[in-house]
Amino acid sequence: MVEPPDLTIRAAAEALRAGTITSSGLLDAVLDQASRTEAELHSYLTIDREGATAAAEAADIAFSRGEDRGLLQGIPVAVKDNMVTNGVETTAGSQVLSGYVPPYDATAVARLRTAGAVIVGKANLDEFAMGSSTENSAYGPTRNPWNTDRVPGGSSGGAAASVAAGSALASLGSDTGGSIRQPASLCGVVGMKPTYGLVSRYGLIAFASSLDQIGPIARTVDDAVTVLEAIAGHDPLDATSYRGQLPEFRAGIGRGVDGMRVGVVRELSGEGIDADVLAAFEKTLERLRGAGAKVVDASLPSTSYALSCYYLIAPAECSANLARFDGVRYGNRVDGDTVEEMMGRTRRSGFGPEVTRRVLLGTYALSAGYYDAFYGQAQRVRTLVSRDFASAYEHVDVLVSPTSPTTAFELGARTQDPLSMYMSDVCTIPTNLSGDPSISVPVGLDGEGLPIGFQVMAPALGEPVLFQAAAEIERLSDFEPLRAAEAGA
Amino acid sequence: MSYEAVIGIETHVELRTRSKMFCGCSAEFGAEPNTHTCPVCLGLPGSLPVPNEQAIDWIIAIGLALNSTIAPRSVFHRKNYFYADMPKNYQISQFDIPVCSNGRLAVEVDGEQALIGVTRVHMEEDTGKSTHVGGDGRIQSADYTLLDFNRAGVPLVEIVSEPDLRSPAQARAYVQELREIVATLDVSDVKLEEGSMRFDANISLRPEGIEEFGVKVEIKNMNSFRSLERALSFEIDRQQRVLDQGGRVVLETRHWDEAAGVTHSMRSKEESSDYRYFTEPDLVPIEISDEWRERIRSELPELPAQRRARYVEMGVDPLTAATVVGGGLGEIFEVAVSTGGSARTVSNWLVGEVTAYLRRESTSIGETPLTGEGLAELAHLVESGDLSGSAAKPVLEGVLSGEGSPREVAVARDLLVMKDTGALEAVVDEILAGHPDEATRLREGDMKVLGYLMGMVMRATGGKADPKLANEMLRDRA
Repeated sequence: MVEPPDLTIRAAAEALRAGTITSSGLLDAVLDQASRTEAELHSYLTIDREGATAAAEAADIAFSRGEDRGLLQGIPVAVKDNMVTNGVETTAGSQVLSGYVPPYDATAVARLRTAGAVIVGKANLDEFAMGSSTENSAYGPTRNPWNTDRVPGGSSGGAAASVAAGSALASLGSDTGGSIRQPASLCGVVGMKPTYGLVSRYGLIAFASSLDQIGPIARTVDDAVTVLEAIAGHDPLDATSYRGQLPEFRAGIGRGVDGMRVGVVRELSGEGIDADVLAAFEKTLERLRGAGAKVVDASLPSTSYALSCYYLIAPAECSANLARFDGVRYGNRVDGDTVEEMMGRTRRSGFGPEVTRRVLLGTYALSAGYYDAFYGQAQRVRTLVSRDFASAYEHVDVLVSPTSPTTAFELGARTQDPLSMYMSDVCTIPTNLSGDPSISVPVGLDGEGLPIGFQVMAPALGEPVLFQAAAEIERLSDFEPLRAAEAGA
Repeated sequence: MSYEAVIGIETHVELRTRSKMFCGCSAEFGAEPNTHTCPVCLGLPGSLPVPNEQAIDWIIAIGLALNSTIAPRSVFHRKNYFYADMPKNYQISQFDIPVCSNGRLAVEVDGEQALIGVTRVHMEEDTGKSTHVGGDGRIQSADYTLLDFNRAGVPLVEIVSEPDLRSPAQARAYVQELREIVATLDVSDVKLEEGSMRFDANISLRPEGIEEFGVKVEIKNMNSFRSLERALSFEIDRQQRVLDQGGRVVLETRHWDEAAGVTHSMRSKEESSDYRYFTEPDLVPIEISDEWRERIRSELPELPAQRRARYVEMGVDPLTAATVVGGGLGEIFEVAVSTGGSARTVSNWLVGEVTAYLRRESTSIGETPLTGEGLAELAHLVESGDLSGSAAKPVLEGVLSGEGSPREVAVARDLLVMKDTGALEAVVDEILAGHPDEATRLREGDMKVLGYLMGMVMRATGGKADPKLANEMLRDRA
């Protein structure tokens, strides 16, 4: 029998409607799981026991009255702590916001609530979503539920770990350079970055506005779609949010991949990728071929510059986005004799080293005399990357690569070497630059029993074909998710 | 040596939209501090800007009124600098592609017209307001500073002129004309005292006949048209002294001290900030279609220059026309003329007695009982001879202070011309009888004495005698 914390949203939704469990019971099981594992894993920064209990009770009352707002009604979910929650502390993993209680809900959070979801708490992350291991959280790292010596990836490490460990059935992450997909890959769950603009960024504490996108982390592709359906759609509060008709996300699911043209991105699928990861990747390609897909070679020549381009654009935008944390209106303040001194002290003590590094990098890249060589050049490269994708999609329906060059690495292994940490995102960054959707699906384990993710990419608004391929990859794989009972062992 | 002044002006105009530029908060002036705020205009974590379309309509209108080119695709930028009253520590502004560029504005000083280039008109958001408490009211000496974010995010239009202005008077004429245009478009309160219109000036001197610009100084804190003119005059004198003594003008920002009538150095431009402009990633470019632009153009009201020209064609002299239009008296003038008042007479009253009254009482025309119809009625009274030209003045005052319509005031104050022939005959006869010598001389054709006798008649009737009638009677009855 499947223990409640191991349920998929689909299965839990059926059980809730069959009356075999209640939302409150499901929440209790998830909270029990959290109290068993959190001391070790630290996937949550805040557990909102009170709010979650009330939401679960409300869901149970709704069920008893025959009110049904869809599959998420009564489902416990986690929210990465860079999305603001009305009345619940939101820190973005930073000291500068410790104790900060927002007066409003992010649109994605509000939409989860509207769908009847039960928000368990706020998931740990790298400070302001800057990092690939969740070790940059000012409140201590999250550990990988598969092996607690390992990182869960990042920056949505807490969001991915909570789902892998059974302390949430799904979660919301944010992805600026791979921050949903890479931790999903390292934690053996599904993580999806939607087309830029599909999900409102209103209430997402900005890291790099032109790259940030909220997306689902879940145990199955089907569940990820369920969450995406709840949060996607135009928001008048986000000027960059997509205004057109939403694609039919489920249109392709179950149709298989017979005849689908799958392009293997040469530049992301060879050099620098661990052998076990490559082996699992090749095995998946083989299965796709077996299912009738036309697996072909594809090239994104400009992606060799993507990482450098990303590390100019993201810091540049973050240098402005983080300027508001100055101690004047909210968050922590460290006093000084003058306003400038107060702001300087507040920021120096409030930001960790990685955030400080990126703010300085970005400030430099935008400075007079350097702008054109750095930020301007990066924007041109970004255009080239987008063009590469566009020409590749003239020949293929989806592009694929490993999600992460490696499986989960040990805590502390890369903290002293920012560049090696940055390399964790080499496969995921290109679709942030192009704004296209992409997803990581677990496909196997390495020699040490750590999960391996497989990345599928599709053109903008190509979610239907993306999910079609991902669902089939999931179906063909023999990957076994972690059982809650084994999490954090 | 003789120098030529080179002046450029940056004008900021707060639009009077109901809501702010990037959120739904009220943009109204004067509310309790920090009551018109929300997550967006306070720059709370996670909030995002959404542009106010009304503001875009209005900046297009301003651009068109200044003969600018409207960019089909305009981009917002972030201007980065730290200041306590700026919630995000960057201002959403525009950089390389403003909504409007390459405009021009005709200004006139002492009958001489000049065409002033308007480099750009761009859209941005206002900052909050700092009140420094303690010390001399400036930040350096303050005990603490109070912040009010009601103004943060109010739509602000920046209008940048070319360095085409050559004198303080011309600079003043330029900002006055700008103010009239914006007021006519009805897109801003343009109240200098409330800061809804503000300006900074750049000024340099160059030897007469030399093309190359001198080193410029930026002047801030000029809160009236007069202080703009004074500050520029002061600065011309100051720079001239520096240059004449063989010194060099320093590139800097100077603060106008209204009370002392001098400018002080605020900060050197060398140490000024690098704003690190970059495209605002939270906003998409503003796409302004031909249809949108042309719709705004078709809705433009008659602009001050067009209106002045029309009044001149109606027979009003140019200076009077400018005062009528500039003084906000165009509407009442139009009504008065369309209900039959003579353009010349009505406009003269408006710039004379009416303007003097408004100034004396510190009020505006809309707050007085005087209407266009009333002015037309007054004009009829004078033209029909029922009221003497000189009696029109006290009648106007009576109407303005609420005594009734022109006829009612004229009757109540007993100012109507005596039309009763019998009564006037009696007065004339009495005067002729009392001045037999003069009567005789008049009879003998000595017209010089007529003026004297007319004066007597007028004195006896308190100025109400119909002059033409009295004149005839004196000659007939002498």
